Amino acid sequence: MAEITPVVMPKWGLAMQEGLLAAWHVAPGERIEKGRELCDIETSKIANVFESPASGLLRRILVEPGTTVPVGKLLAVLAEPEVPDSAIDAYVAEFEARFASEAAAAAASAPQPRFVEAGGRKIRILEMGEGGVPLLFVHGFGGDLENWMFNQAELASARRTIALDLPGHGGSSKDPGDGTVPALAEAVAATMHALAIDRAHLVGHSLGGAIALHLALERPQRVASLTLLAPAGLGPEIAMDYIEGFLAQSRARKLRPVLETLVHDPALVTAEMVENVLRAKRMDGAQAALEAIARACFGGGRQRWQARDRLAGLGPPVQVIWGEQDRIVPVAHALGLPAAIPVHRLAGAGHLVHMEKAAEVNALIERFLARAAAVG
Amino acid sequence: MPKKTYRQAINEALRQEMERDPRVILMGEDVAGGMGSPGEDDAWGGPLGVTKGLMPRFGRERVLDTPISESAFIGAAVGAAATGLRPVAELMFVDFFGVCFDQIFNQAAKFRYMFGGKAVTPVVIRTMYGAGFRAASQHSQCLYPIFTHIPGLKVALPSNAYEAKGLLIQAIRDDDPVIFFEHKAMYDEEADVPDDPYTIPFGEANVTREGEDVTVIAMGRMVNFANQVADKLAKEKIGVTVVDIRTTSPLDTETILETASETGRVVVVDEAHPRCSMASDIAALVAQERFADLKAPVKMVTAPHAPVPFSPALEDLYIPSPAKIEAAVREVLAFKG
Amino acid sequence: MQLSRDELLHAYRQMRTIRAFEDRVHEEFSAGNIPGFVHLYAGEEASAVGFCMHLGDRDHIASTHRGHGHCIAKGCDVRAMMAEIFGKKEGLCGGKGGSMHIADLEKGMMGANGIVGGGPPLVCGAALTAKTLGTGGVAIAFVGDGGSNQGTTLESYNLAKIWNLPAIFVIEDNGYAESTASSWAVAGSQVGRAAGFGMPAHEVDGHDFFAVHAVAREVIERARQGGGPSLVHVRFTRYYGHFEGDAMTYRGKDEVPRIAAERDCLKLFRQRVIEAALLEPAELDRIDREVAQLIDRATVEAKAAPMPSEADLLTDVYVSYH
Repeated sequence: MAEITPVVMPKWGLAMQEGLLAAWHVAPGERIEKGRELCDIETSKIANVFESPASGLLRRILVEPGTTVPVGKLLAVLAEPEVPDSAIDAYVAEFEARFASEAAAAAASAPQPRFVEAGGRKIRILEMGEGGVPLLFVHGFGGDLENWMFNQAELASARRTIALDLPGHGGSSKDPGDGTVPALAEAVAATMHALAIDRAHLVGHSLGGAIALHLALERPQRVASLTLLAPAGLGPEIAMDYIEGFLAQSRARKLRPVLETLVHDPALVTAEMVENVLRAKRMDGAQAALEAIARACFGGGRQRWQARDRLAGLGPPVQVIWGEQDRIVPVAHALGLPAAIPVHRLAGAGHLVHMEKAAEVNALIERFLARAAAVG
Repeated sequence: MPKKTYRQAINEALRQEMERDPRVILMGEDVAGGMGSPGEDDAWGGPLGVTKGLMPRFGRERVLDTPISESAFIGAAVGAAATGLRPVAELMFVDFFGVCFDQIFNQAAKFRYMFGGKAVTPVVIRTMYGAGFRAASQHSQCLYPIFTHIPGLKVALPSNAYEAKGLLIQAIRDDDPVIFFEHKAMYDEEADVPDDPYTIPFGEANVTREGEDVTVIAMGRMVNFANQVADKLAKEKIGVTVVDIRTTSPLDTETILETASETGRVVVVDEAHPRCSMASDIAALVAQERFADLKAPVKMVTAPHAPVPFSPALEDLYIPSPAKIEAAVREVLAFKG
Repeated sequence: MQLSRDELLHAYRQMRTIRAFEDRVHEEFSAGNIPGFVHLYAGEEASAVGFCMHLGDRDHIASTHRGHGHCIAKGCDVRAMMAEIFGKKEGLCGGKGGSMHIADLEKGMMGANGIVGGGPPLVCGAALTAKTLGTGGVAIAFVGDGGSNQGTTLESYNLAKIWNLPAIFVIEDNGYAESTASSWAVAGSQVGRAAGFGMPAHEVDGHDFFAVHAVAREVIERARQGGGPSLVHVRFTRYYGHFEGDAMTYRGKDEVPRIAAERDCLKLFRQRVIEAALLEPAELDRIDREVAQLIDRATVEAKAAPMPSEADLLTDVYVSYH
């Protein structure tokens, strides 16, 4: 039988149960390439463009704009013209019959975060996927493991992946040590040790990029490759307005404009996303931990830990991905890096490049890991 | 994120604060229950089970059942707070404040001022309020305006389980006397509540819905009604901002005025009687400060100026309902100066 | 138990200080120099001093409208007290409390109280703190005969007893609640009321410092040892009106001068220690002179001290304003 490719409501983040299909960017009868904008989806936490999971001809749309449907629900089907309508009808009928029973099972088996004891701390992690050299995600200042909601599930299809909450963040212990990049890197290394991971691909965003870079410099044998997304550590500049605003604002209406500087398209920042950040900041010890990290990493209004001049001698392969419209860490830091380091500058993305351009970032990581595996 | 009821959230906040700080004690009528009785210990855990399990965990030394003697034990909580403990006293129903109010408003509230800033009285008085339980006139009132009127007291009204835990932990850690109002009709309502402790600052209103047409300012259980109305009207493309004021004292006048100005059409929803209420207070505030921004008179949705009736048929008419809020929103929208 | 020489000197100095303080406040109030209401403790000194001599800073007391004596006996600064009564910024409470709310929690003085019967529940709380934290402290509620009829007081007896608190209720019965005789207003007896709650109770002549001191020692010791609350009914008289300006038309002819002549606590004390050759008259005279100087200086300073300013109006309503 000719290929019929389903497009289903994605699951973005731990809490997502359903999504609102806001608009279609493609009409039936049009072709779409994998990674191109297919439709807009809004959840209680985030509004984002859903990029097509496959290439093909859009044959049928099953959910009208303005409709809220559960995760896993069939939104559309892709199929080549030779597939008859009757086959699509049958496919849809069968899919929907199966959906009810499978949805419950899927919800039950959805990965849940757990805690590991690492270096005297409780660290919250979320694991997905199996096999191969594991991939470890390290979020940035003020973030948490849910920052990878558009990336982890995708990249977990071929390997074990782990996203963690840094100390002081998310569900992890609120003791950030001295709050410096080396101290946080030590906590990540301890987490790898606790998970019996000898060697991992690291994907680090922003401050998490600096942390991943520190690990690669100090423990090159434990790092298979390094993907740095808008990383800290490559220059002195950092948007202190953002850091200070993030720390200072406790009302949603005041925090929202601060968070909007993270992205190119402010619509990505939903009320619930702001609320989630506020909730994290309210946890006992979180504010003090974040302040300590901000002082240690960005005291005096500049990045305190920089390793630009050490990149040339770095063991593991490195790639750098940056949003052209980054207002937090300037994309200029990506200029003049050693020639061996591929740099990808993505237009239409701000600091949260892995959320705004998830499909492109995911594809870049997949390709990079494949090459690293071929070389390594 | 674990779902917890309003009741569980409050219980968890108390347990975590008692674990954190040995100076935190509980007292009240039947907070454990069964004291001196031949039957079960911890028989009640509060009349609606909110403090259940805390006495077995912390012992009778820290979870003190009291006689039905509010003047004495509320006063004792105040005196203990002024001398080094951090008591959480339960005034079972706020309707009972009449027999112990002196200890709250003349003693606890005024110590710091009268004693020239040298007193610290970190007492929390938890109390049930609100109609909807068929509990009639003396067990259903919303007397928070009376407490809000008193300088020196802080007054919190959590609108859901998440708010309840964060505001109660804040109340216990706060160095001022706090009256913590728990709506008895909300104890079984669930929300996402983190397991670890957290605090929600006082005096910071929460904007729970954002819309461009009307601002609804609400508190306590009324926030949920207002949210329901906002969600319903959103389908008609009517944008309703909902403000949960969280604490009536301190009051976040900044958020109230900003959101009032943004839409120019304001409805205040308050389950208390209308005279000298939060509704009239907020309406006056908006009228005084933002008259020029208003496109319609401020509308109040409150209970009537009558005691809470017993009969379900009457009580349902008495309580401000989503339908009444919706009607008020439509009325201010339709107003043409 | 015999009091030491130092203790006797201390007791006399304290009682004399209270008397001199109250006489001076009376004088200044009459001259129109003191605002508001004042209720004077003159004549009742043996009670405050007889009890508070057994207390330290870990112990707490709550007082009545008539609080200056308790305040002095508990160790509060007399000059700051005088400044407070004049409404000055340097006053013990920054001029915000005044006579009726004079307090110093650092000294364990939980305040004079503008509410009759306001103190006993607070004392249950202070006693609960002592018990919970194991400080060994006790707490004393001084209650007037008027306050003894308040429900708060009777509820507090019950609570103190069932919680076995280190609390003591001292009923200071000066014969009048405002203008109403306690012999008429109090049903039963104070000791009988205590018995109804299963509390040990004592009646004592409040003009006799030594009698008060001995009873106080017993009840305070019992409370410290975990023996629970007690009640002491102290009988005495007040020399001035309920408040300053009270013409005392309700009192008997010559009642005050007669008692002041025959039963004054300071005179009785002096007589007893001199007769027993425990102290020399010259020592006591010297204390009288020193106290007079102290009160005089306190008054002069209080008059000269600055008033609080507008900036003070809204401070200390809360510890934190958010």
